[in-house]
Amino acid sequence: MKTVPEILQEIRPEFDFSTSSDFIADGMLDSFDMVTLVSALDKNFEISIPGTDILPEHFKNVGTIEALLRQVGAKV
Amino acid sequence: MNFKFTGKRISGVQAVVPANERSFLEEMKNFDFPEARSLKLKEVMGYDKRRLVQPGVCVSDLAVFGLQNLFERGLLPPNDIDALIVCTQTPDYLLPPTSSVIQGRLKLKQDMFCLDINQACAGFVVGLIEAFMLLEQESVRKVVLINADVLSRLTSKKDRNIYPLVGDAASIAVIERAAEDEPIFASLKMDGSRGEALMIPAGGMRLPHSAETARLEDVGDHNLRAKDHLYMDGSAIFNFVQTAVPPLIEGILEAAGVSRDSLDYFLCHQPNRFMLQKLADKMKVPYSKMPNNVVERFGNNSGATIPVALISNLAERVKTGHCRVCLAGFGAGLTWAAMLLRLGRMDFCELIDYPDNQAVPV
Repeated sequence: MKTVPEILQEIRPEFDFSTSSDFIADGMLDSFDMVTLVSALDKNFEISIPGTDILPEHFKNVGTIEALLRQVGAKV
Repeated sequence: MNFKFTGKRISGVQAVVPANERSFLEEMKNFDFPEARSLKLKEVMGYDKRRLVQPGVCVSDLAVFGLQNLFERGLLPPNDIDALIVCTQTPDYLLPPTSSVIQGRLKLKQDMFCLDINQACAGFVVGLIEAFMLLEQESVRKVVLINADVLSRLTSKKDRNIYPLVGDAASIAVIERAAEDEPIFASLKMDGSRGEALMIPAGGMRLPHSAETARLEDVGDHNLRAKDHLYMDGSAIFNFVQTAVPPLIEGILEAAGVSRDSLDYFLCHQPNRFMLQKLADKMKVPYSKMPNNVVERFGNNSGATIPVALISNLAERVKTGHCRVCLAGFGAGLTWAAMLLRLGRMDFCELIDYPDNQAVPV
């Protein structure tokens, strides 16, 4: 199973996600990247992140993404 | 707002799609994005093939082609049409109404009701509600509902957020009275306060077309778009669909006293595969009961998407038997609408191509 940073790196290999605390504000993830990311997280953690939770505040950094994953029952 | 109708049915559905097929793989180069990112998006969203009109082709061209085809094959006698409803956001003209243009081109009788409705992705359900209301009148025995848009003509080729989604199409549904005793339930909601989430800013009287409105602007995320082009706040629309549509459907099921499991299919508008799968997950509906294969074959056909989904997945079943379905459309307005009805014994349920070389009026 891949980690969240590994999945982020696959989606946008040109960025170093460890340097940012707000991926959206820093232009590292756009709305389509969020869709790609949710799809990858769903497959990797065998969950389905609810559509109503696909909001920018849940994708600001690795911490908020992992919190969302735990909220929907993923073992992070 | 809830509706209930009895003694009415859809007796035939035809979709007309341009023969001109485009491929996302070929069009990726139009976008200022790395190929790998576009390919990932293709897989998740379901972008693949779609059909686009050739320059100059209008809504009435697709509709007239389809209706003439039905007339010639004896599937729809022209004089039987008592009302013609056209749901479109891309009319031939600001005036006259496109329904009148179609009536005139086909030389239909004068003793009929022609009506344009400015609706898009919810337009099939909205149009059916209007058709069923018209059929309450003694003088109206058969209604033709056309859902058609040529939104590719109002979309920036340099806008990856919109352009790969759009497909042009028209659908023609014939609605009439019938000895059906099973009621039809519908529910409709509208929220004009969020209308700017999906709009074409220029071209009306508020902001008429000009050289300025035609100028491409950098709108961020490497996309270029003009005010003459279709704009969609993707995140807002996605959230709207996920929050508004499930309770609408739950509400109509409760009003009808019908369980979710008793329905054979949920035929929803299809903006993209990802949105439909998330909707199905939220509603605990198996993907097999909520087809999401239209966007990959034809693109997002606006108000014609539900008919195209019906034709693509259930054509034989609704011609030879019956099935109980929930229809759900959602989009511009904002508007969201659902309907529970039994489909079956249709005279036709088919898709035809609009040829690339078809002559159009000038």
